[in-house]
Amino acid sequence: MDDLYRELIIDRYKNPLYRGELEPHDISFEDENPLCGDHIRIDLRVDEAGRVKEAVFSGHGCAISQASADLLIESVHGKNLDEIKALTKEDVLEMLGVELGPVRLKCALLSLKVLKAGAYGLGEASDELVE
Amino acid sequence: MLDVTRIRADFPILTREVRPGVPLVYLDSTATSQKPMAVIQGMDEFYRRSNANIHRGIHTLAEEATAKYEAARQKVAKFIGAASPRQVIFTRNTTEAINLVAYTWGRANLHPGEIIVLTEMEHHSNLVPWQILAAERDIRLEFIPVGDDGLLDLKAYQKLLELEPRLVSFTHMSNVLGTITPAAQIIQMAHQAGAVALVDGAQSVPHFMVDVQALDADFLAFSGHKMCGPTGIGVLYGRKELLEAMPPFMGGGEMIRRVHLRSFVPNELPHKFEAGTPAIAEAIGLGEAVDYLTSTGMDAIAAHEQEIIAYTLERLEEIPGVQVYGPTAEHRGGVAAFTLAGVHPHDISQILDSQGVAIRAGHHCAMPLHEKYNLPATARASFYLYNTFQEVDKLAEAIYKVKEVFGS
Repeated sequence: MDDLYRELIIDRYKNPLYRGELEPHDISFEDENPLCGDHIRIDLRVDEAGRVKEAVFSGHGCAISQASADLLIESVHGKNLDEIKALTKEDVLEMLGVELGPVRLKCALLSLKVLKAGAYGLGEASDELVE
Repeated sequence: MLDVTRIRADFPILTREVRPGVPLVYLDSTATSQKPMAVIQGMDEFYRRSNANIHRGIHTLAEEATAKYEAARQKVAKFIGAASPRQVIFTRNTTEAINLVAYTWGRANLHPGEIIVLTEMEHHSNLVPWQILAAERDIRLEFIPVGDDGLLDLKAYQKLLELEPRLVSFTHMSNVLGTITPAAQIIQMAHQAGAVALVDGAQSVPHFMVDVQALDADFLAFSGHKMCGPTGIGVLYGRKELLEAMPPFMGGGEMIRRVHLRSFVPNELPHKFEAGTPAIAEAIGLGEAVDYLTSTGMDAIAAHEQEIIAYTLERLEEIPGVQVYGPTAEHRGGVAAFTLAGVHPHDISQILDSQGVAIRAGHHCAMPLHEKYNLPATARASFYLYNTFQEVDKLAEAIYKVKEVFGS
């Protein structure tokens, strides 16, 4: 467990680098995990070439959900929508650098679900996006 | 006085380490209780020596199995003070018991526009079956509010009764706030207003003496796995006239007296509501659990939990940033839902697990209650006959550890 709460996660949870909202924005999507109250919204602005030039997240929830959102947002700067759509749950776990049980995995993947649903222009975020 | 050391020796799982050198501190009995050897052995013995299907066979094993199953029913009937074992119906759990009432009594007796009174602190299992019925039959649901003190607002309840509801269905003890409700009074008021009363005893029956006749309850539902019994077995108790008038729930073998190609005649109580081969070993296990709790003494168990929860509230309330929800110790059973400022319950639960302390985090199947308090989630520690004061200390220590990790 002590590994789970390595400095990176605690630090990003307490001092996130990419928390905020973008008005106006090109893409915005939000979702929550009603089972535990984690809530993530992601706002993106893309340049003429379709690459992310600004990205932020907002919301509330557990350290895993918020830290993974901050790390994920950091990583999407400069990516285009196809690269975003290609992101996987393994990418998120690598960013976090920890192993997670099934319940906490849902926490970690919430932001990826939101990001991909936004990128696909979907009405709803489904678990299939992060399988 | 409970000899907790001796009791703990009866529960093999309590010697477990959750990781090397980290003993288990099990504080999640409200989710499911641990099982004493007597229960484990009783089921094992049944499968080793007496396993057969029940009620039909004439051979030796079938007779033994039937005798054990029906003996378990009798034990449960005696445990809750039922007038007859025929009024004890074995179900899969509390949820199925409540659904049984909703689908049979509810469907046969409720008409559009009629009212069911529930409370704001119900478990989803005593909300959703009524929501399903309400949508199907155009029934109105009303709720007894919970005050900031964690107690039901009985004045508001009195007003709701003026609407002449047909049913009042309520929890005997909240699985989140720990609130023990004044069940006898609630039932009496319901009867005065002409309503039937259903008691969700999932948290009460395991933890203190519940007598259905003293309460004058029309229905009582509870689960075996929360009272030292196995999973897969629960009980619906019902008033005889109500059960006799209710149509069958599930159809199939066992619940019939006669079957033709196009019709059937249902069986008498309790078999009318027990279709198909039941959870025979599990019922026997529940019977063993009843014996175990009875010989330990329900009053002694309740007294022990009272002391433990009073101590828990004391220790938790000293920790800066911790807030406990629900009533004061004298109004509650052994459950404490709490939050820690700046740390999500999931994270609390995770770090506590690293210290061997097992609690639960989330909304505990009570989303409306959490919404009312504007809480996305809480952490919950719950206690039973095998928990010690030292374990409460471990809980407190572990919460201090959480504060350390999060620098809060």
